Amino acid sequence: MRILKSLGIVLVLMLVAYLGAAVPGGPALFGVVFPWLAFLIFVGGFISKVVGWAKSPVPFRIPTTCGQANSLPWIKQNKLDCPSTTMGVIGRMLLEIFAFRSLFRNTRAEIHDGPKLVYGSSKYLWLFGLMFHYSFLVIVVRHMRLFTDPVPFFVQALEFGDGFLQVGAPVLYQSDLIFLGAVTFLFARRVVLPAIRYISLPADYFPLFLIFAIGATGVLMRYFLRVDVVSIKQLTHGLATFQPVLSGNISGIFFVHIFLVSILMAYFPFSKLMHLGGVFLSPTRNLANNSRMVRHINPWNDPSIKPHSYASYEDDFREFMVEAGLPVDKELPPKPAAEDAPAES
Amino acid sequence: MYDNNKIIPGLIVFVGLITFPIWYGFGSAGHLPIPEKSTKSKECVESVEYMRTSHMVLLNTWRDGIVRMGETRHGETADGTPYVRSLQKGCMNCHTSKKKFCDECHTYASVKPYCWDCHLQPKETN
Repeated sequence: MRILKSLGIVLVLMLVAYLGAAVPGGPALFGVVFPWLAFLIFVGGFISKVVGWAKSPVPFRIPTTCGQANSLPWIKQNKLDCPSTTMGVIGRMLLEIFAFRSLFRNTRAEIHDGPKLVYGSSKYLWLFGLMFHYSFLVIVVRHMRLFTDPVPFFVQALEFGDGFLQVGAPVLYQSDLIFLGAVTFLFARRVVLPAIRYISLPADYFPLFLIFAIGATGVLMRYFLRVDVVSIKQLTHGLATFQPVLSGNISGIFFVHIFLVSILMAYFPFSKLMHLGGVFLSPTRNLANNSRMVRHINPWNDPSIKPHSYASYEDDFREFMVEAGLPVDKELPPKPAAEDAPAES
Repeated sequence: MYDNNKIIPGLIVFVGLITFPIWYGFGSAGHLPIPEKSTKSKECVESVEYMRTSHMVLLNTWRDGIVRMGETRHGETADGTPYVRSLQKGCMNCHTSKKKFCDECHTYASVKPYCWDCHLQPKETN
C-alpha cells in the first residue's frame, strides 16, 4: 500500500504534466513557471533548513566513536574514526562525504541454528549507494550543457568520458545505466528485505519512484523517442538567462521530465533528501572527540548565572548546614561571646 | 546561529555552485544555431522533424547496413527521388559545409559525433 501510494502519486504527476503541457499556456506553465518556482523553493528551503539546524545548540560533544580514542601515549589512537583534532575531523568528513565510510561499515545480523547470532559484512548498500550518488552527480553536471552557452570545458570532458564506449548514436552514457540500475537496487532492497520493508514509509518510496521516473523519461528522450535538443536548449538556456524561448517543437515527454525535476527540487528541502546538506551538519561526525582536553560550555547557559563551586555554596549555607547537622568542609568561625546584633544600625 | 564562520561560507559556496548557469551566462542570450539551408534541393531524405531529432540514427543505420551487412548505397525518398546513402556523397552533397551545417547545432548542444574519426574532414577555410 505504501509502495502503491507513492507509485500512484508519481504516475499522476506524470500524467498531469503530459496533459497539462498539451493545453494552451501549458508549456509556459510547465516549462518556465514551475521550474523557476521550484528552483526558488529549493534554494530558499535549503537555506532555511540549514539555518534552522544551525540555530539548534549542540551542548555536548556527541561524535560516534568508531575506534580508539586519544588516550595514553602508548595506546595508538584511531585518528579517522575517533578524531580529537580539527584535521582529524576534516579527514573523517571528507571520507564520509566522498566515500560513504559509515555505510562501508554496514553489517548484517543473522541467526543460525544453535541459536547462534552471526554478524557479517554487508557492502551492497554502500556499493550501490556510491554508484547512485556519483552517477547522479555526473548526470547533473552533464545537464549543464543545456543551461550554458558556450558549454564549459569540464562539462564537455565529462560528456566525453561518460560516452567513452561509443555505443550507438546518440552515444550511450554509462552513468545512465549505472543510475537506473542503482535506483532499482535501492528500491528492490526496500521491497525484498523484510526488515527494511517493515520500516519503509511513503517518504522512502516516493523519492525513489520520482528519481527513477526522472531517469527513465530522460533515457526515453535521449535514446528512444528522441527529442529536438536544440529547441529544448533554447528553453532551458533561457531559463538560466531569464529569456526562455518556447518553440512548438518540444514534445510532451520533455514536460513530464522537467515537471518531475521541478517536483523533486520543490520537495527536496522538506524531505529525507536534505541529507545533502545534513551530512555536513551531523554532530556525530563533525565534532572532535576532545571532551577531556577542552571545556565545552553549554551554549544555552545564561551568562548572568556564574559558576557556583561547592566551596562558595558552603560559604552561602554553612550556618544552615551546621544547624541541620550536615557535614561541612570548613567549620563555622568560633562564636563571639555575645549574640551578634543585626548588621544595620 | 552557531558556527556562523563555517555555515555561512558553506551556504555561499552551495548557492554559488547551484546557480552556476545563471552567473556563467548572465546577460547573454546566447546565439541561436541556424544551420545553412541547402540550395540544391527542397526535400531531405526524411521529414524535417525526423531529421532534427533522429538523423544520427539514420546515419548509424546506413553505416551498419553498408559497412557490416553489405547493403547498397542506393536510397529513395518518399516521392521516389534517388539519393546516395553516404555522409560525404549524400548528405554533404546538399549540405556542403560541415562548419555551417553540422557544427552549428552540434556546438550549440555540445555534441561531438565521431563521424570524423574515420571520415576525412572536409577542409574549410572560414
